[in-house]
Amino acid sequence: MNVVVLVKQIPDPANPYELVDGRLKRGVAQKVMDPGDEYGVEAALRLVDQFGGEVNVISMGPAAAMEAIRRALSMGAHKGVLVTDDALGGADALATARVLAAAIKRSEFDLVIAGVESTDGSTGVVPQMVAELLGVPQSTFAKEIEAKDSSLTIKRQTAAGYDMVECPLPAVITVTAGVNEPRYPTFKGIMQAKSKPVDTVSLGDLGLGGDDAKPTQSVDAVNPAPERGAGEKFEDDGTGAAKVADLLKQLKVI
Amino acid sequence: MAKIWVYAELSHGGAVEKTVFEILTKARTLGADALECVALGPGATAAAAALGEYGATTVYASDDDTFSDFVAEPAAHVIAELIKQHQPSLVLAPFTYDARDTMARVSAKLGLTLHTGATDVLAVDKTQEAIFGGAKIVDVALGGNEPRIVLLRPKFTEAEPAGGAAANVVNVDVAVPDETKRARRTERHEEDATGPKLEEAPVVVSGGRGLQQAENFKLLEDLAAAIGNAAVGASRAVVDAGWVPYSMQIGQTGKTVKPKVYIACGISGATQHIVGMKSSERIIAINKDPDAPIFSLADLGIVGDALKVIPQLTDEVKSRKG
Ligand SMILES: Cc1cc2nc3c(=O)[nH]c(=O)nc-3n(C[C@H](O)[C@H](O)[C@H](O)COP(=O)(O)OP(=O)(O)OC[C@H]3O[C@@H](n4cnc5c(N)ncnc54)[C@H](O)[C@@H]3O)c2cc1C
Ligand SMILES: Nc1ncnc2c1ncn2[C@@H]1O[C@H](COP(=O)(O)O)[C@@H](O)[C@H]1O
Repeated sequence: MNVVVLVKQIPDPANPYELVDGRLKRGVAQKVMDPGDEYGVEAALRLVDQFGGEVNVISMGPAAAMEAIRRALSMGAHKGVLVTDDALGGADALATARVLAAAIKRSEFDLVIAGVESTDGSTGVVPQMVAELLGVPQSTFAKEIEAKDSSLTIKRQTAAGYDMVECPLPAVITVTAGVNEPRYPTFKGIMQAKSKPVDTVSLGDLGLGGDDAKPTQSVDAVNPAPERGAGEKFEDDGTGAAKVADLLKQLKVI
Repeated sequence: MAKIWVYAELSHGGAVEKTVFEILTKARTLGADALECVALGPGATAAAAALGEYGATTVYASDDDTFSDFVAEPAAHVIAELIKQHQPSLVLAPFTYDARDTMARVSAKLGLTLHTGATDVLAVDKTQEAIFGGAKIVDVALGGNEPRIVLLRPKFTEAEPAGGAAANVVNVDVAVPDETKRARRTERHEEDATGPKLEEAPVVVSGGRGLQQAENFKLLEDLAAAIGNAAVGASRAVVDAGWVPYSMQIGQTGKTVKPKVYIACGISGATQHIVGMKSSERIIAINKDPDAPIFSLADLGIVGDALKVIPQLTDEVKSRKG
């Protein structure tokens, strides 16, 4: 089974984000592979361990996004493709999906795995758009994945509980945090990653033009949200519970 | 001649998802010439009454099981065809899992601008979104061809009926090609929850990693039971740890709640948690760390051990109720 994993390089979520000209400021904050995408890499590695085949890691982003690909390779993925192009700065979800779909189509695949939503963009729609552009079905929010010959059985998280979904291959799926326990790269893995094949391609290499990547939404204004000021704070001296209960009574909820 | 469409997502039981009424309420204020809905799946025709009450004049409806049995593709196909036929200016839909799955495909099929996770819509080409855990609000200008698609976060506004008559039902006559019937839902499971729903309860008591272990959620259940009409929620940390089911998660990747009172116990107040509860009318926090970020938005903060304070609070509540 040949599996493509989509991984995104993001500013480290441990650092506060900042907007510059309506875009997320990149470059300053230390960058990491989106923690949500590590689950995708792990899921792909497990399928390939079980069924054979290769894991191909694909990312779109600035040159530094190569690090996310390297990280996936050091976890055990086989090869990678980075799409990087000046015309891609500020790409929105649909532009991103067009680029990723074009990159995926360059080789045979049985399955594409992505995260449910990226930590910095959190649009949560890129993978479904990729599915549409590839002309394959999708199953999102996978909490458990079981593969049979030419289909997957997915336990899909829902707001109320879960669904079971039968999804024929090839397909795009998204995985939730907690679908598995992502492995850490071993020292051997890190060394091996250095010699694994990685392709760097531009929009033109994918047969796309600047129009395909043009975002159609732009930030007009950035305003601070109305502040919600802090109220009273007490060190609990044994009467904390009573203070809370008094407030509940006052608010007439008890 | 602006025509606004609202995608009226139906729940498994066939009822209109509550958040659709919030969207209709907002859509009524945008000065459109027509406000219409698309409803697909069992319950669609019957939804006309409720949708009309919130201002929709027409609903393009199909009760076909195909739309609930198969994931996204049949609905995306039909919606794309309807858009081509009727050419709305703006399509609004809820930012739910299923609407995301469906509308993302519609956007990709037709090359339409899609703004997801919006927290308001100001005009047919202008939206707002809260970012950085709600610290900043950005105004977004929507370019590209009409219609643009906007997915709105649940609870972004309050639903208010307009007292309209039932919407006029137009049966959807678009055929669903077999090629779109691929990923299929074979089973549905709902966590059985007792008491009020998290999104509707006037009081939410919520627990985080500070509760130390799964068993201690029992303390919150006891407190909720003592208060009555209260639901128990959780931070993602404890959902990921497997202490409680995902259906209890509050925050960016969980539910959004706006109760009269939110009681955060052993929750640090990460931005991703705060976006899901910061619009609560009152916030009470119990945390042993005086510098926990949750205190910066709490109306009442108790710096202390939640495992001690919660049972005491349960007793205090019981005694005040008499
Ligand atoms: C993309 C993304 C999406 C996310 N979505 C969500 C989301 O939807 N919802 C969400 O909640 N999080 C979400 N998170 C995770 C979020 O960043 C935090 O990690 C999480 O909210 C922390 O949960 P917590 O407050 O329970 O745990 P911690 O941050 O570990 O906080 C535990 C708190 O308990 C206190 N404590 C410890 N012992 C006691 C005691 N005995 N009594 C009282 N207090 C005590 C500590 O002082 C601390 O403040 C998301 C993260 C990412 C990257
Ligand atoms: N620039 C990108 N490069 C590679 N994968 C991406 C990119 N953007 C989004 N994805 C994938 O799509 C998922 C959802 O992202 P989003 O729709 O942006 O929330 C991510 O978890 C990634 O797997």
